[in-house]
Amino acid sequence: MAENTPPKGLQDRLERNIWALLIVIALVLSVGGLVEIVPLFYLKNTMEYNRYPEIVWSKVGQEPIVAADAGGVLKANWKPGDGMRPYTALELAGRDIYQREGCYTCHSQMIRPFRDEKERYGHYSLASESMFDHPFQWGSKRTGPDLARVGGKYSDDWQRAHLRRPQALVPESVMPAYPWLDKASPDATSIQTHMGGLRLIGVPYTDADIAAAPALLQGKTEMDAVVAYLQVLGTMVKLDEGKVYRD
Amino acid sequence: METGLEQKYNFDVVRWFTVMAVVYLVVGAAVGVYIASELAWPFLNFDIPYLTFGRLRPVHTNAVIFAFGGCALMATAFYTVQRTCGVRLWSDKLAWFVFWGWNLIIVAAVITLPLGITQSKEYAELEWPIDILIAVVWLAFSFNFIMTLAVRKTSHIYVSNWFFLGMMVMIVYLHVVNSLAIPVGIFKSYSVFSGTQDAMIQWWWGHNAVGFYLTAGFLGMMYYFVPKQANRPVYSYRLSVIHFWALMFGYVWLGAHHLQYTALPDWTGSLGAAVSIAMIIPSWGGAVNGMMTLSGAWDKLRTDYVLRFLIVALAFYAMSTFEGPVMSLKTVNALSHYTDWTVGHVHSGALGWVAGVAIGSIYHLMTRLWHTEMFSEKLVNFHFWTLTIGTVVYIVAMWVSGIMQGLMWRAFDEYGALAYTFVETVDAMHPYYAMRAVGGGIFLFGAIVMLFNVLMTVRKSATSGSLQKARLAAASA
Repeated sequence: MAENTPPKGLQDRLERNIWALLIVIALVLSVGGLVEIVPLFYLKNTMEYNRYPEIVWSKVGQEPIVAADAGGVLKANWKPGDGMRPYTALELAGRDIYQREGCYTCHSQMIRPFRDEKERYGHYSLASESMFDHPFQWGSKRTGPDLARVGGKYSDDWQRAHLRRPQALVPESVMPAYPWLDKASPDATSIQTHMGGLRLIGVPYTDADIAAAPALLQGKTEMDAVVAYLQVLGTMVKLDEGKVYRD
Repeated sequence: METGLEQKYNFDVVRWFTVMAVVYLVVGAAVGVYIASELAWPFLNFDIPYLTFGRLRPVHTNAVIFAFGGCALMATAFYTVQRTCGVRLWSDKLAWFVFWGWNLIIVAAVITLPLGITQSKEYAELEWPIDILIAVVWLAFSFNFIMTLAVRKTSHIYVSNWFFLGMMVMIVYLHVVNSLAIPVGIFKSYSVFSGTQDAMIQWWWGHNAVGFYLTAGFLGMMYYFVPKQANRPVYSYRLSVIHFWALMFGYVWLGAHHLQYTALPDWTGSLGAAVSIAMIIPSWGGAVNGMMTLSGAWDKLRTDYVLRFLIVALAFYAMSTFEGPVMSLKTVNALSHYTDWTVGHVHSGALGWVAGVAIGSIYHLMTRLWHTEMFSEKLVNFHFWTLTIGTVVYIVAMWVSGIMQGLMWRAFDEYGALAYTFVETVDAMHPYYAMRAVGGGIFLFGAIVMLFNVLMTVRKSATSGSLQKARLAAASA
């Protein structure tokens, strides 16, 4: 019987020894992932801000994005184009809803460097533009248009009306309506916990950013939060046509 | 037929997984047809949060991949390992723990996903408490499988088991790394990775959920059930060795091709595409190995409906493993990415290959596990044609709509302006979205017929006492 014949070569040995087979499989399977993933964490040219530091807001992590004083009056320290910063409490609440509703199943947030995409959506997306996105929202399918630079493209009122009944503004649209966003409000305490969690994994929130959450969310509906999130998309970095951000 | 099998092996757990696989096939396909219809007729969203496309799409993908695919894999892995090792499962208790644990996960998914509880990473949407449960149950499944191999009576480990083993190890890597997240509530967490790194890790997971769970695992099925059903040995042992190791090494690299022209560094995408092209060789090697197993017995395709499923599944496998590498090339990907072409490609693999080979294997299992012929052979044949026609209608619709939309997006008029607004391209999709829903509907109808046939076979076995007799024969043998 075959049991008594001596093993012929490595394959034969592995087929007779489950533990050896298991170890070799485990090693072979680890190669591809290690080669493709690990360098992304340390290769400098992965993130454009290593070459162009102005992509990131100079005061990130040092000053609050929006500060609230004792009376709840808000003062913005950041303006569009100042560079990448974390989402404010209101924008983060909107992003949580964007995730909850599965918007990423139909909308991408990643513009590719093609002429038609530039015409339609604007400058191609940078890796640095999603540096604070846990998880990324690049998407994989455009049943609807890309949203990476939708911020400022339409008015707040247009966005609200569109979310309430897309077909009222765009008759051919196949997007669902989201009337329930007007009926619920984000909870400031949960958003503060969310911001605290994100800070633990490296998002540079200041204490004041987190403290400002109740003032920012005061009287806001889920609709307001989603619109705030959509309106900030793609507006953080001022991109220079003359610069080559990606080789 | 051999006697004593019911005594020797644990077929009870295999029976339960088999029936549940068919139930989830119907559920998963039904949700798929519903969300496909929503894209054609958006009033079907009904302004109800739990029914919107965005919330139901993960229910569909999780139901077909993890509920149907998972139960089919667990049924066939537990069956194959016992039959090819000549021993009973290492632990009956652990096997039942896997059955109940896996079904609990599925119930949790069906409840949480429509509620909007999601990590928003494709095919890994389930929140962290469920992720932990998945890890525990998956390790229990793998451990029981490995220990059964360790106590086997045969000298060599059969090729099917290599593929199952590869799947088990890789899914542990993928699930653990991709699901790393910081919990900020019982039903909310954020991925510890961000942006570009998160994208690469997600698609390393995403492509290998396809490459290992839906390919390696189902190849394990193929290598056992095709030779068994054809009553012929595997065409080439050498080819299966090459197929196995090349697949194990190569598939892992492919995730990067999902991110061509994105903000992921160019070198990563190029590497992903290069290895993708090379993967045609082992994939076709495997497909040829499966099909040529019929060498000298091709006439069986005329009479053996189960074999038809298995061989047509291999044809779809060959087709989609050629299409995939083509789509990974930058020039093609520039057109196909973000369009329905990708959706069509996935479904030629999922409906044609994965469902085809699993359904063929399940029909094979039915007669062995319930010790009787199928309730209706005619309905098996009918199911074969609904699967084939439904799948072809589906993928043709998506090819046309995907390529058309990709071309419309990049079209310019004579003044150098964009020729179409985005919504004009959405409008142009409508007939193809309707056609896709019809294709999916045909596939779903076949799945319902299968469920009926399976349940009637179980009933027939109970009425005639065939399973009971097999158990008693075993006891007295």
